[in-house]
Amino acid sequence: MSGANRLAGAGRLVPARTARFSFDGESLTGLEGDTLASALLANGIHLVGRSFKYHRPRGILSAGPEEPNALVGIKRDSARYTPNVRASVQEIYDGLQAVSQNRWPSLVFDVGALNDLASPFFSAGFYYKTFMWPKAAWKTIYEPNIRSAAGLGVSPSEPDPDSYSARYAHCDVLVVGGGVSGLSAALAAARTGARVILCDEQAQMGGALHFESGTQLDGTDGFSWAGEMARQLSAMDNVRVLNRTTAFGYFAQNMVGLVQRLSDHLAVPAPGRPRERLWQVRAGRVIIATGAIERPMVFVNNDKPGIMLASAARVFLNHYGVAVGRRVGVFTANDSAYAAAVDLKLAGIDIAAIVDARSAPQGPLIDKARVLGIEILTGHTVARTTGRLRVSSMTVAPIAGGSQRAIAVDALLMSSGWTPSVHLFSQSRGKVAWDEASDRFLPGNYAQDCVSVGACNGTDRLETSIAEASAAGAAMAEQSGHKSRGKMPRTKMETSESWGGGMLGAAPGAGVEAKGKAFVDFQNDVTAKDIRLAVREGMHSIEHVKRFTTNGMATDQGKTSNLHGLAIAAEALGREIPKVGLTTFRAPYTPVTFGALVNHSRGELFDTTRRTPMHNWHVGQGAVFEDVGNWKRAWYYPQPGEDMHQAVNRECRTVRESVGLFDATTLGKIEVVGPDAAKFMNLLYTNPWDKLGVGRCRYGIMLREDGFIYDDGVVGRLAEDRFHVTTTTGGAPRVLNHMEDYLQTEFPELKVWLTSTSEQWAVIAVQGPKAREIIAPLVDGIDLSNEAMPHMSVREGRICGVPTRLFRMSFTGECGYEINVPSDYGQAVWEAIWERGEPHGICAYGTETMHVLRAEKGYIIVGQDTDGTVSPLDAGLQWAIGKKKTDFVGMRGLKRADLVAGGRKQLVGLKTTDPKTVLEEGAQIVADPNQSVPMKMIGHVTSSYWSENCGHSIALALVENGFERTGETLHVPMPDTTLAVTVTGAVFIDEEGKRLHG
Amino acid sequence: MRKYSVFALAREAMRGHTGWQEQWSSPEPRQEYDIIIIGAGGHGLATAYYLAKEHGLTNIAVLEKGWLGGGNTGRNTTIIRSNYLYDESAGLYDHALKLWDGLSQDINYNVMYSARGVMMLSHNVHDVQVAKRHVHANRLNGVDNEWLTPEQAKAFCPPLNISAAARYPVVGAALQRRGGTARHDAVAWGYARAASDRGVHIIQNCEVTNIRRANDGRVSGVETSHGFIGAKKIGVVAAGHSSVVMQMADVRMPLESYPLQALVSEPVKPIFPCVVMSNTVHAYISQSDKGELVIGAGTDQYISYSQTGGLHILTHTLEAICEMFPIFTRMRMLRSWGGIVDVTPDRSPILSKTPVPGLYVNCGWGTGGFKATPGSGHAFAHTIARDEPHPVNAPFTLERFRGGRLIDEAAAAAVAH
Amino acid sequence: MLLIHCPYCEEERPEIEFANAGEAHIARPSDMDGLSDQAFEEFFFIRSNPKGLHYERWRHIHGCARFFNALRDTVTDRFVATYKTGEPKPDIAAEGKDQ
Repeated sequence: MSGANRLAGAGRLVPARTARFSFDGESLTGLEGDTLASALLANGIHLVGRSFKYHRPRGILSAGPEEPNALVGIKRDSARYTPNVRASVQEIYDGLQAVSQNRWPSLVFDVGALNDLASPFFSAGFYYKTFMWPKAAWKTIYEPNIRSAAGLGVSPSEPDPDSYSARYAHCDVLVVGGGVSGLSAALAAARTGARVILCDEQAQMGGALHFESGTQLDGTDGFSWAGEMARQLSAMDNVRVLNRTTAFGYFAQNMVGLVQRLSDHLAVPAPGRPRERLWQVRAGRVIIATGAIERPMVFVNNDKPGIMLASAARVFLNHYGVAVGRRVGVFTANDSAYAAAVDLKLAGIDIAAIVDARSAPQGPLIDKARVLGIEILTGHTVARTTGRLRVSSMTVAPIAGGSQRAIAVDALLMSSGWTPSVHLFSQSRGKVAWDEASDRFLPGNYAQDCVSVGACNGTDRLETSIAEASAAGAAMAEQSGHKSRGKMPRTKMETSESWGGGMLGAAPGAGVEAKGKAFVDFQNDVTAKDIRLAVREGMHSIEHVKRFTTNGMATDQGKTSNLHGLAIAAEALGREIPKVGLTTFRAPYTPVTFGALVNHSRGELFDTTRRTPMHNWHVGQGAVFEDVGNWKRAWYYPQPGEDMHQAVNRECRTVRESVGLFDATTLGKIEVVGPDAAKFMNLLYTNPWDKLGVGRCRYGIMLREDGFIYDDGVVGRLAEDRFHVTTTTGGAPRVLNHMEDYLQTEFPELKVWLTSTSEQWAVIAVQGPKAREIIAPLVDGIDLSNEAMPHMSVREGRICGVPTRLFRMSFTGECGYEINVPSDYGQAVWEAIWERGEPHGICAYGTETMHVLRAEKGYIIVGQDTDGTVSPLDAGLQWAIGKKKTDFVGMRGLKRADLVAGGRKQLVGLKTTDPKTVLEEGAQIVADPNQSVPMKMIGHVTSSYWSENCGHSIALALVENGFERTGETLHVPMPDTTLAVTVTGAVFIDEEGKRLHG
Repeated sequence: MRKYSVFALAREAMRGHTGWQEQWSSPEPRQEYDIIIIGAGGHGLATAYYLAKEHGLTNIAVLEKGWLGGGNTGRNTTIIRSNYLYDESAGLYDHALKLWDGLSQDINYNVMYSARGVMMLSHNVHDVQVAKRHVHANRLNGVDNEWLTPEQAKAFCPPLNISAAARYPVVGAALQRRGGTARHDAVAWGYARAASDRGVHIIQNCEVTNIRRANDGRVSGVETSHGFIGAKKIGVVAAGHSSVVMQMADVRMPLESYPLQALVSEPVKPIFPCVVMSNTVHAYISQSDKGELVIGAGTDQYISYSQTGGLHILTHTLEAICEMFPIFTRMRMLRSWGGIVDVTPDRSPILSKTPVPGLYVNCGWGTGGFKATPGSGHAFAHTIARDEPHPVNAPFTLERFRGGRLIDEAAAAAVAH
Repeated sequence: MLLIHCPYCEEERPEIEFANAGEAHIARPSDMDGLSDQAFEEFFFIRSNPKGLHYERWRHIHGCARFFNALRDTVTDRFVATYKTGEPKPDIAAEGKDQ
């Protein structure tokens, strides 16, 4: 048994295939293929949720993604909880658990419903007018209460264990929507051989054929025809058919985002199978066949459970075999609701009456209803309904006036007509146009290579839709270079449904004078009155109306409410609808799971992780790593029992006393080659390069055109026409880009080639008094003596039998080498040096020790001691600027008034009065510690460390006129104390640089 | 103006809310005004309000080509904070923050300023250096900003993932407790109502097509879709369109206009108690009064006036959000949109006189103008009324790019070395 | 995500392969040293930032790595033309007609 309201012989589900599910803990049975909505209705459950503001009982309005009311939480397990799921979309599976939302303590008895009684107070935008006194109460009382009232479901509370996937796809023709029009278009395009993707949001293709009982195509009923078409398409090699796939966004240049739901309908998803998949489709042409959405009627108490769209009732009956009531009323201004009444009547359901707001509707459907003996009240309206948790009666009244009559019903179907789904068209930046004749917005000017067909294009007749769609399919394929091959088989249409009529805005009797609430936006509890109030308060743009009332801003994004809201606003303003405007549609069409958008980019794959060739060695030595850009760099190497401080002190001592090994691979490396290489370097760096001898190195500074330091690094000249340039770790890509920019666009006449070699070389820095002694036996073909290879030189040769570019250079102030070897040999060479060094007490040192050692020498780190507002003059690097140069990037910028004015912040050293005190990096410096806040700050600490080698703390700082302040006492106010500091030079060890040449 | 209060609301509730007046009037433009403000966003409307309130000037029109508050005011993620590094910036933004506190009462419109705290995350050593530099500078400037450990950050924002195993673990955070959010529409509407009440004309659907100048070079008025309107002074507050409008007076600007996107999730019950920003992983997030997670993305890389942007920008942002807050991976994006942000070379705004006598400009707020709305309007009103800047906006001149005295908040954040 | 025609590769490729490089046809002055403050400001800071057709530079950074120029409408984000560095500006008036 799958519910008392399941009609034997009705619908397309297989009665034997049942699935157990629960709703608010109650165990229920449905059929495989049911949506949660159809399964609940089959079990006689209409009350599904509570509304946002008034907590009014709400049922199921629709059978599709436009659903504003029937939102539930779906829980697979504690970590797989999803709030705000539309019951009309969620397919049931065995074991599904659904819980209602926004109610306490229970769905049937909800304390929040008191809001409904106080509703006169809660008019649109009421919160802008109150809660201002007393001021302090906003934070403590008002806001927390407003917030806890808002929101529907509750957020998931555990990390999502599911996985998500992504595909990029290209096709000639993308068809969105698998109804008659979409299938016809896809088939026509596919038969040309064009690459076609067809997607549809539902579990099965067919669109409106899910409910249209009156359509016969190619000798079969419409839905079976759709299935057959889908099978044919799926069988073609050039076609990809995606069901449960929503086209949610139409982006620039025909990129359409699709999201495919893969496992939310399965009882036991295969382990590891993604829950959803994002498709980013770049389509040559797009055919939009998204159909139309039925609108409710706007009348008093139109929101009670049991009141739903007429087409939804047809879907539940004709597809799911479920009767939404036993005595059903209909309120309409449109023919299509008659079809619902007829279908239900033929299924044995009592139709209480059809109330038609039109005075004299005519047509075959109306005749058919009459023939079946259904009472039709034309020129009538439903003034209101009654019933607490489900509709129990409708009160009908002649529009012209006269006596009212209450008619008992247990369900009420409504239709005020159909709104073409122009969402994607509008997202493509096409402009909609108001169609006077049919009172609707239709696609107007196209902005991209797409076309709308069928109901979303305002094409009402099925025959016309098929012809239009087939022609569009063929034309779109042809535009992408695929000719129709021979004669196309034509779909034969035997019978079809077509409807006329419709109305916009409040139904008769729900006008200005009406008492009670006639809902426009069900989820956000926006009534016709709210919209009129917005207009009264001066909200004359539809955007203002929307924002003031929140009409159309709920999770359904106004699919059933936007046009009614617009019409009511237009009426209140006394203006025509197109003059009031339509809100622009924006992605997504329906809500899209964050996980699908993020897909693989989680955890490890959130961002690239770069590791050096020696990484595993560092791991083996117990190194602690720090993130520098994408890199994992060894930070320090604690030995058992050491904390960071102790480890760094030991490393610092060892390098100055003996030798240390440092992984400098992450530095950027660029090869600058060509006859004009020196000329190019002259333009890109402040330094002069012409006279740098082959085999020698120089510290180079690169500026931006505005004169501020952009990057720095040691550059070696390997040949007259070849420079090995190093950059900062983080700077490598932008420095290369900067160089390429000038080379390609400003100095294209220069014969220079640039190559990134960052990944080619592993770099091992061997630093310390014993550096030469340790590496010498491993090196072939290079004379390492001071005379042959002084500080700042470079040689090519071999080490451990592999080629090397051996730099004699130092970022520590010690005699040192940076050994470049091909990356693949990095770890082997490192280990060989390590082995040689062990008897000498060699240590590996990390970035922290590197920072301390270089700060002891006053060497700057670009990005730490400089910040994009520091010129080389400020940093004390004027010696690095070629005095005779006539041009380099940044030369002019350096001369600007404010860069040469007094008061620049200049890089100096600081010593604390108490040598043990280590300043905090980022701490601010003042001259007068006794001034009141706001204080005049004259600089800040850029680098600060305990220097084990100096026996006191050291710091670098940018200080206003710092060069003139040597010896001056300044102050660093901390939260709890003020520290006195003395300005010094920036070099703390071996000022003459003797150790470099040792 | 009919005062808003709980009593007024109760009275109207009894009679079906029939007694409310229009929040602002929609007059026909006069032939001439003392001052025309171009652009009825938050900054323009605030400027008009403070001109009327602080300077007694009421012969003012605010011209808006669309609907008021429809530009970046109505499209931003409403983050309010003042913990900027440089004295100039801290001064300007804190001037605004002080006005936020009490703004609802001042303009009798609940702008829902919510001092929920803005927490800016640090993920590595470099971030910590930069953050602490801010914290210390803010403290000495009298701007609240405090340093939190990862555990303290998590206590302040429970959904935060502080696992050391994260790709970019949280190593600390800087918290400004006075920072928070406000309701963007209410800011525009509240200022519009208060300005209108003081006699300011707000003319919507009135596009300025040219700025006219007299023979002496002074501005004389604007040509609009409603015809010519004379003006003695003109203040341009046109956000993303500032270059376009200033070009009408032959002033070329140091601005580029980029798409900036944002998105909201479906609404859920309160889960996110503050604002969290991360510059390293590029994302910021808060939860609105309505329950939606409000998430800001980065800009696209090219200039554009399209008010749209690439999907990859949104997905990149959500990657960062799900990395920092893995419990949100099953949440859904409900709505996305784009604004046009005008960006200066130093990422600081321009509130300034211009080379054209009588023409003033307030622009270049980039991705963060909303937070400054009251302070910007207040200082700009002073600048226009007195023909000289208020002390808080004096450094934010148009000329600073010539000499090089930039206020480079972006450079101060520097880059990873 | 835009689709950009690289004039060197002669292919349309997705935007993530490219880096925008700002306004085009702003030549670095040859007499840099003698530039007035005003001229430097104009060169380095002032941008036309038009609403409509914009000459801009792109680099096919994850492709051929070449810089090239483009003419793009900043309202529709539609590319009117892309062309190699050093080639003359396309005529806006002529290109505009095709739109």
